[in-house]
Amino acid sequence: MEATNQKIELTVTVNGTRYEREIEPRMLLSDFLRHEIGLTGTHVGCEHGVCGACSVLMDDQPVRSCLMFAVQTQGHEITTVEGLGTMDALSPVQQAFHEAHGLQCGFCTPGILTTVTAFLETNPDPSEEEAREAISGNLCRCTGYQHIVDAVLLAAKKKQAAG
Amino acid sequence: MATLDHNDKKVIGKRVVRNEDPRLLTGQAQYVDDVDLPGMAHAAMFRSEYAHARILSLDVSKARAYPGVLAVFTADDMGADCYPGPPLVSPPPTVKDVVFNSRRQVPLVKEKVRHAGEVIAVVVAETRYIAEDAADLIDIEYEPLPVVADIEQALEADSPLVHDDLDSNLAAQLIQTKGDYEAARKSADVLIRRRFTIERGTAAAMENRGIVAQWDAKSESLTVWDTTQAPIPIRNGLAARLGLSESKVRVIAPFIGGGFGPKIMMFYSEEMLVPWLAIKLNRPVKWIEDRRENFYATTQERGQVHDVEMAFTRDGKILGIKDDFIHDTGAYDPYGLTTPLNTQSHVMGGYDIKNFTSEFKVAFTNKTIVTPMRGAGRPHGVYVIERMMDIAAKELGIDRVEIRRRNLIQPDAFPYEHGIIDQAFAPLIFDSGNYQAALDETLKAIGYEKFVKEEQPRYRAEGRRVGIGVLPFIETTGVGPYEGARVTVEANGKIAVATGVGTQGQGHFTSFAQIVAEQVGVDVTDVRITTGDSAHFNWGTGTFASRGAVVAGNAMHAAAVMVRKKIFKLASKVLNAPEEELELENGVVRVADIPQSSISLKDLAVLANPLRGAVEPGTEPGLEATAYYGPQYGPTAFGVHAMIAEIDPETMMIKILRYVVTEDCGTILNPLILEGQVHGGVALGLGNAYYEKLHFDENAQLLNASFMDYLLVGSTEMPRIDVRHLETRSPLNELGTKGAGEAGAIPVPALFAQTMEDALYDYNFEIRETPLNPNRLFEIVREEKTT
Amino acid sequence: MKPAPFEYHAPTTLDDALSLLTEHGYDAKVLAGGQSLVPMMNFRIAQPAVLIDINNIPDLAYINAEEGGVRVGAMTRHHQSEISPIMAQHAPLIYSTMPKIAYPQVRTRGTFGGSLSHADPAAELPTLTTTLDAKFRLVSQRGERWVPASEFFLGLYTTALEPDEILAEGFVPELPPRSGWSLQEVNRRKHDFALAGVAATVTLDENDVCQNARLVFLSVGDRPMYAERASTLLQGQALTSEAIRAAAELASSEEIDPGDDIHATADFRRHLANVLCKRALEQARQRAQGQK
Repeated sequence: MEATNQKIELTVTVNGTRYEREIEPRMLLSDFLRHEIGLTGTHVGCEHGVCGACSVLMDDQPVRSCLMFAVQTQGHEITTVEGLGTMDALSPVQQAFHEAHGLQCGFCTPGILTTVTAFLETNPDPSEEEAREAISGNLCRCTGYQHIVDAVLLAAKKKQAAG
Repeated sequence: MATLDHNDKKVIGKRVVRNEDPRLLTGQAQYVDDVDLPGMAHAAMFRSEYAHARILSLDVSKARAYPGVLAVFTADDMGADCYPGPPLVSPPPTVKDVVFNSRRQVPLVKEKVRHAGEVIAVVVAETRYIAEDAADLIDIEYEPLPVVADIEQALEADSPLVHDDLDSNLAAQLIQTKGDYEAARKSADVLIRRRFTIERGTAAAMENRGIVAQWDAKSESLTVWDTTQAPIPIRNGLAARLGLSESKVRVIAPFIGGGFGPKIMMFYSEEMLVPWLAIKLNRPVKWIEDRRENFYATTQERGQVHDVEMAFTRDGKILGIKDDFIHDTGAYDPYGLTTPLNTQSHVMGGYDIKNFTSEFKVAFTNKTIVTPMRGAGRPHGVYVIERMMDIAAKELGIDRVEIRRRNLIQPDAFPYEHGIIDQAFAPLIFDSGNYQAALDETLKAIGYEKFVKEEQPRYRAEGRRVGIGVLPFIETTGVGPYEGARVTVEANGKIAVATGVGTQGQGHFTSFAQIVAEQVGVDVTDVRITTGDSAHFNWGTGTFASRGAVVAGNAMHAAAVMVRKKIFKLASKVLNAPEEELELENGVVRVADIPQSSISLKDLAVLANPLRGAVEPGTEPGLEATAYYGPQYGPTAFGVHAMIAEIDPETMMIKILRYVVTEDCGTILNPLILEGQVHGGVALGLGNAYYEKLHFDENAQLLNASFMDYLLVGSTEMPRIDVRHLETRSPLNELGTKGAGEAGAIPVPALFAQTMEDALYDYNFEIRETPLNPNRLFEIVREEKTT
Repeated sequence: MKPAPFEYHAPTTLDDALSLLTEHGYDAKVLAGGQSLVPMMNFRIAQPAVLIDINNIPDLAYINAEEGGVRVGAMTRHHQSEISPIMAQHAPLIYSTMPKIAYPQVRTRGTFGGSLSHADPAAELPTLTTTLDAKFRLVSQRGERWVPASEFFLGLYTTALEPDEILAEGFVPELPPRSGWSLQEVNRRKHDFALAGVAATVTLDENDVCQNARLVFLSVGDRPMYAERASTLLQGQALTSEAIRAAAELASSEEIDPGDDIHATADFRRHLANVLCKRALEQARQRAQGQK
């Protein structure tokens, strides 16, 4: 292993805000979001792409932020859980998770919320089985998934009602 | 003070959505890894590759020289500060002839590593990336030693020794008896003997462990953020270890991403190390465990081997049980005898058994330390008794539900005293229950009769293997010693509550708020709970053993009742009306029948803490009270699980078609939260039955230290679970609650085995091990077929 | 679990990428979707000195219908294949398998070329392309060559790619009329790598006699295991259960090489291969008969 001193100028838009940072190419996107720009809502559970806690949206598609280098987001748009809604104005998906008790410790939740938000854009009226497929890349150790699935279906209803 | 009237609750028992959610849902909740301090350095651990080896040489010079590295420490560098952690639980004082050899982990290993992943050196650097680069540059030379990988071989005379100063690998030994088993077996019509093997899994909380420590040299105070379930004991232990006053050490357990037991182990090596580093370097230091480390360094559980004998009458009545077992404690035994004692306490299940004898031996092995994980020895006991009941049912030709019904403790037999001790060394007494009712409810909910008589024959005619399983379990919960809570009406009219327990997702910010709101007459959202911060509450033990709602909950209730009294007393004076005529609702005290004569809690709180005048002698300022609750022994919850599942006998792939849980944990605080606890427990239980197993090779090397190979149950594997509630109040505490945190996980492996045997009815085999997997089940079915 | 340092290049043309690859050779790794490579880097199992990121090269992601098949660009994301009507029509075996591969968040990044170049014997795409007799265009500064799938996968994570080559695209032939296909797997969890699996294609004549069959197994050898003898055995036969049983028996007993690991023994894998082979052939036959 040889230390390289390569630094790269990164410009990326996260939750609508443009960030410019000079970073090492090996910095994972998850670490960039959490520690370079302070968006700690995105969580890190395994750093090998299985648990899904670090899932964020890149150009509206869900991706594992632990399996991308931050430099790969050059010129792209990232959405994290902080970009979905606020404590005073939860997004329909967040609101549904609240009402259906779709979270316990909350650690896996941000990755699920981003994933589900993207999923409901392409499948606004999912079946239970489709909802389970949609979150199949997100591990949760607390809920047994039942209330999460309920929350996904409730979110779909809420979004439809809101038009 | 009267107990809370069961039928008159306004807030307790309601499906209230959680106060903590908005913060968690928007990424605004602080977890340990979210703590960011100016000048913070990052630690990486250098861990043993070997499970058992002597360290011949250690050279950290290249790591020290690597750019960005601040320091590298070895045991030699730590000097006298490198000594073992304190024992967490002492051996039971009330049992005679107990053997207990306490051996505890150290911050850094000097001479001999005893499990793969033990910490040998620590690198502190400007970033975690650099710290890991440097850790890779450490040169070490090992002399590999023969490995103790198997718990039975560990206790053989010629086994290598995990701890060289002991004569053997026997960590502990304890016998408990009740009645006269020898006499019982002589009078038995049938004796059944079996051996059961239960293997290790890991808790795998989604958040790994982490510690951030900050030292303020000027005020000589230490602040530690720790993913612990027990912040107060950590504070006390750190203060003692570092020679600081307890008042100078603050331990914060902020939002924790799941605990499940291992986060109450203490002290982890890193927990001793990171605060020490912060002081030594006079810089904030962060260490966050990564997932690979979690598989080696975070404690695990479940390894046991049982040799069981049960004595029955011809009509299926249990005369007695003898269960001797070996329990794997791994390389050290900081948590004492908690887990095997729990197993012993559950090996009689919910049955009326008069004669019992059980000896356990605890073995040191060269594996990761064992401490309780969700279930904590209970699933083992339930597995043993329920498998034996299934085997007895077959041998005696009695329906498996019927044989259980004949032996369950009757509703009028409570409190039911076993005459042995439980995990907390308290007498094992089942306080209350209605076990038959839970069984009936479950059979009805799963449609047992109809399935067995109509549906199953139809499936079988179609050549489909669909089986049903039904079995009961008990869960001892809510053990002592105590917890406390402080309830304060603040000048803004909101209620501030603090307790010493930590929270890891159980919904304490809501269920505790419900308990307080019930007494103080405010909305649940107006009660703000602080958990797990030693600066806010000074006393406590922790969140474990399904005790939060019972022990902290009842302390909370007691404090809220005291505050309610203070509110009424002061309001009576202010409103000039007798206390009996006052009503408290929606944050306002009013005189009944005179609605205009009222005062808000906000105004009362100001009056209770005046800026001028005098507080009357014998009274205290403020509307505040602190109370503690400590049970003599814990309440015992009960439940029944049932499952209908199909298996493809060619591939051993399963599909669970129905799953019913009837849970009776006394007074329900919040059914929504309770159901979530049950769902999550079942998911872990299903993992312990068919997915999750730590595979160690003969050198005690873990072969599946990743989420690619250690299989947590996913959303596509979980069935929908139908949860039914019964409420047999506990007479032991005012709320009438029993714990429920571990319940869901406990009976699943036993239930799974029963269901598979029923589904594969045309194969002659018996399941005597867990966890299974498709391959293993295939082998078991085949082995029995060929013999 | 942080990756070791590396030198990073993000060329915007294929020529630049090939030039970098020629320059760095064995020291370099090509970063496509990264869904296999980055976990290995985070575990530090892989520590490439140079990373050549080809995500910024336009025109490498496409699914085009052509005479006799589909042309798929190396950087086509799995998610694109999953929702592609062209893939559905011309390569239904691949299309229908896509939702099974890993998870939604992996399919948005994982690529056709990346999966093939990684050559995991438990992965679906190497097996499916072998079954469909696909070929791959490998390019380098030295020129380009087409290599059939059956000659591309050489062993565990080993392919015919030279250190200076990139798999630029694949051509997947369409199945002839009256053909059926099937992929059968046993997975511990729905989206895990299979304990064992098999892809089958069959083509029937108007009398339902098998004109052509291809059986390729996954997770039971160091590469996609083409059961040539079993496939040949079926030719000229009606696909009766006896014929199917014989082919499955031959393939699973003699034409695969399963290994033991923590998830399954070689014996169990062999057993599964046999069971799944029968199921795959049965389903493929039904599909073929369902066509006009």
